[in-house]
Amino acid sequence: MKVRHSRILRTAGDMLLPLLLLFSLFLLLRGHDLPGGGFIAGLVASAALALYIFSRDMRSARQVLGTDPRSLLGVGLIIAILSGVPGLLAGDAFLTSEWYTVPLPGGREFTLGTPIIFDIGVYLVVIGAVMTIVLSLAEAEERPWKR
Amino acid sequence: MSLAVILPILIPLSAGALSLALWRSHLAQRLLGVFGTGALLLAALWLLQRVWLDGIQVMYMGNWPAPFGIVLVADLLGAIMVLLAAITAFAVALYSLATLGAEHERFGYYPLLHMLLAGVCGAFLTGDIFNLYVWFEVMLVASFALLILGGERAQMEGAIKYVTLNLISSALFLSAIGLLYGLTGTLNMADLALKLQDTGEAEGLVTTIGLMFMIAFGIKAAAFPLFFWLPASYHTPPVAVSALFAGLLTKVGVYALFRVFTLIFTQDTAFTHELLLWLAAFTMLSGVLGAAAQFEFRRILSFHIVSQIGYMLLGLALYTPLALVGGVFYLMHHIIVKANLFLISGLVYRLRGSFQLKELGGLYRERPGLALLFLIPALSLAGLPPLSGFFAKFILVRAGLEAERYGVVAVALLVSLLTLYSMVKIWNEVFWKAAPEQGAAAVAPTNNALLYAPAIVLAALTVAIGIGAEPVYRLAEQAAAQLLDPQAYIAAVLGEAS
Repeated sequence: MKVRHSRILRTAGDMLLPLLLLFSLFLLLRGHDLPGGGFIAGLVASAALALYIFSRDMRSARQVLGTDPRSLLGVGLIIAILSGVPGLLAGDAFLTSEWYTVPLPGGREFTLGTPIIFDIGVYLVVIGAVMTIVLSLAEAEERPWKR
Repeated sequence: MSLAVILPILIPLSAGALSLALWRSHLAQRLLGVFGTGALLLAALWLLQRVWLDGIQVMYMGNWPAPFGIVLVADLLGAIMVLLAAITAFAVALYSLATLGAEHERFGYYPLLHMLLAGVCGAFLTGDIFNLYVWFEVMLVASFALLILGGERAQMEGAIKYVTLNLISSALFLSAIGLLYGLTGTLNMADLALKLQDTGEAEGLVTTIGLMFMIAFGIKAAAFPLFFWLPASYHTPPVAVSALFAGLLTKVGVYALFRVFTLIFTQDTAFTHELLLWLAAFTMLSGVLGAAAQFEFRRILSFHIVSQIGYMLLGLALYTPLALVGGVFYLMHHIIVKANLFLISGLVYRLRGSFQLKELGGLYRERPGLALLFLIPALSLAGLPPLSGFFAKFILVRAGLEAERYGVVAVALLVSLLTLYSMVKIWNEVFWKAAPEQGAAAVAPTNNALLYAPAIVLAALTVAIGIGAEPVYRLAEQAAAQLLDPQAYIAAVLGEAS
């Protein structure tokens, strides 16, 4: 993209990226019992990265992502599938939610379940899918038009 | 609780996810393609064995009881279809190893292949009508991408027709589900069957919704009159993709018709199944007449898919025990034969560089083995004994005569004759006549055993179904018996209490 970037947009983008990513993690962990979850968190994270493409450029966005978005898609899908396996191992149906209680120091308890694993998988799938689309479009924009 | 039911969905889904994660390694993707579909084949065999021995297998996803949660059900028809899908997939995966270039692999051929399979197997195994819609979409989205793999102009043109009509069909399907849910308050197919056994005053409405399903699935199955998307698109993608589509996609539509018109919409069979009978007759005729006018190898085969769909619908439409046996038998015969013919058209292309009958010729002299390999599925498609197609057609014709539907039997026999004409046309043009003067040379190496192995195995299966028709008939008979007795399906899903 040959457009000169506005300094305001760039500064704001640099500050918003970590904030939005943190917010997406907050939404991810809040899910299941309260509004939130993997899908919406993934959308927020992809929106943050898309904004970063505008404020910086594609290469920096790829660096933030750290990997090919398609691999992210695959890894997310694997995690989501794996979240169904504990149910199978426990002799229940696939995708049955299994809950484990982790005792914390001070007599408190922390409940951990397989739905969060599924949500993390969905989170990665959404980021992977949206970023694949966005980056393909951005690349098509940069490439000289071929007939 | 049976693990066998979930494996045919889980295996392609995991293989697809893994090939996505290993996006950069083409070797890993190829290995996953072969071993993933191989594992699917084993899982499908296991599932069929379990269903055959222990009856209908059920799994309640996430342990939510039916009819509230989504349930996976494998009856014999579902298990047979999964096995056929796995056989086709394995053959195509082997063929892809030898034929697909790095260009196609780079655009995600293998992940898409697995996702398509997950969608197909999911559609065969789900017991929830909305979930059926979801699996249809998984399959369609993967097929859209596979169809334009390579990005040639003809592919785009075919894909536009394919995508448009399939989206219309999906919208209709979804609206019908909405109406059905509004009427009955349930999406579980067994529960729907139970609630719609006594429709009372809503009978007209139920039949109308049934017709919406008939149109939606009819488009997906490429039945008359909305079949033209199929011959417009199936001859454009790489041959491996064509073969996979030809074997599987329309048959998911046929399966869905078999499922809903034996389980759910059986209130007014005098009307709905009569209509199906007309559809079947016109589908057979229009497909075969379309093929007669074509002179491109894969286009002829595509039109024949349409005409063959008519035979399967005929089995459903007659709705007698024997006719359903014929329909199921026909599905088994057709998937294997059709995928094979497409694979062979690809071999011819590699030898001659063309699909146009005019530019082909002389292959009988040059490659007698290949000619024989073509002759087996071609004659089977036309229905010559002792191949699989003969028995499939024989059962259907016999069922038609027993039901005293002489008109449609006459159509079926005529179409059979015209199919033979079509196959003889290909035989004459491609194999028998002398090669044209400026004959095209080979465009790709054909000395790879992987090219021939799938076609040989599928041809052997065709012969085996023909010679060993008795056990196959018994399998189809059991499957048809389950279709005709929805009570067993309902009891398996909802428990004996219902």
